[in-house]
Amino acid sequence: MLEGIAAVLRAMGGWVDDRITRLGVASRFFVLVLLHSGTSFRRLFLTIREIYFVGVLSLVIILVSGVFVGMVLGLQGYDTLQRYGSSEALGVLVALSLVRELGPVVAGLLFASRAGSAVTAEIGLMKATEQLDAMEMMAVNPVARVVAPRFWAGVISMPLLAALFSACGILGGYFVGVHLIGVDEGSFWSQMQAAVDFREDIVNGVIKSAVFGALVSLIAVFEGYDCVPTAEGVSAATTRTVVTSSLVILAADFILTAFMFRGA
Amino acid sequence: MKRPIIDLWVGFFVALGIGALVFLALKVGNLASANMSETYVVSARFDNIGGLKVRAPVKSAGVVVGRVTAIGFDQDSYEAVVSMTIDGRYRFPRDTIASILTSGLLGEQYVGFDVGGEPEFLKGGDVIKITQSAVVLEKLIGQFLFNKAAEGPVQEGQGQNNK
Repeated sequence: MLEGIAAVLRAMGGWVDDRITRLGVASRFFVLVLLHSGTSFRRLFLTIREIYFVGVLSLVIILVSGVFVGMVLGLQGYDTLQRYGSSEALGVLVALSLVRELGPVVAGLLFASRAGSAVTAEIGLMKATEQLDAMEMMAVNPVARVVAPRFWAGVISMPLLAALFSACGILGGYFVGVHLIGVDEGSFWSQMQAAVDFREDIVNGVIKSAVFGALVSLIAVFEGYDCVPTAEGVSAATTRTVVTSSLVILAADFILTAFMFRGA
Repeated sequence: MKRPIIDLWVGFFVALGIGALVFLALKVGNLASANMSETYVVSARFDNIGGLKVRAPVKSAGVVVGRVTAIGFDQDSYEAVVSMTIDGRYRFPRDTIASILTSGLLGEQYVGFDVGGEPEFLKGGDVIKITQSAVVLEKLIGQFLFNKAAEGPVQEGQGQNNK
């Protein structure tokens, strides 16, 4: 009996210990990536190539989901707002929810599952096939050559993707609200412009998405670099990337929101 | 894939992203209308500012002429001190009345300027002398009920007299 409890406690302690150790390794890895970032900008094409893979190839999913999220917001928002006789505020609702929250968060989640998993799988497979070791043998630093460009590509792409998501969402909400339902076009845009502040809402949204981009990219490259170099290990690392980055995005979103929008 | 094609696509992507940001800034946000080139700051003291917030608009005749930049509390007079940045293109007489109004029934609160008639204009750093506090709905209802209660018995008394 007692031994059973002790075993459970030991297992829990081991799990916590393991997590904290991994957090420490990941933080050290983050510093390492920052230290070896010079190459990503000196040989800019390395980063541009990665921006193509994580940014350009994510465009379709981001744009399409942005339009649909905006259209749903338009429908649902209208349904609720017209009960209070303020359906003209639809533009405000759509724009604020997209620019402040949904744009960065949903784009971040999509980015994690579309680009983050691919990055992890790629680096993991490079490790499994000993390409990273081969680079080291040739005195090429794999962190500078492989990891840092992917990290910076994520940091650069994410704000652009989130902005595109928000813009598409607002156009989707505009299409549903103004063209399908018949909200007045003038008040849709003017109320939106009066309520959305550049510094408070848009810049904060961009900051959020850049932070999410950095977090997702860091998790993706770390999981790939740190994975067990087998087929099983790579697949487990890919799953972990998606799960961890989704959770981290949502948690970081709460923290950032608490800092940014405390309601002055 | 060849390098020029990747460059082209990434350039396209970055241009698209920056375009989206510009769209958000100009069409969705109020960046275009928010920058006032020349401004001056005036302040006003209110007994009660209600729900007025920093960045609330200052309007005269319904037109936005400035923004509230700071709200403070004067420990000596127990009044709220509201600083406002006014667009330099607009000038107001020194006896302008600043009042706190509400847009719509449940809308946001803003500062309204009722223009006076003095020939001299407000300068930067001036204090608006005549102010009108926010209407607090609870106080208004309380006053209304109080008045009703006060006049109620009198009317009954008149009725009895007539009998």
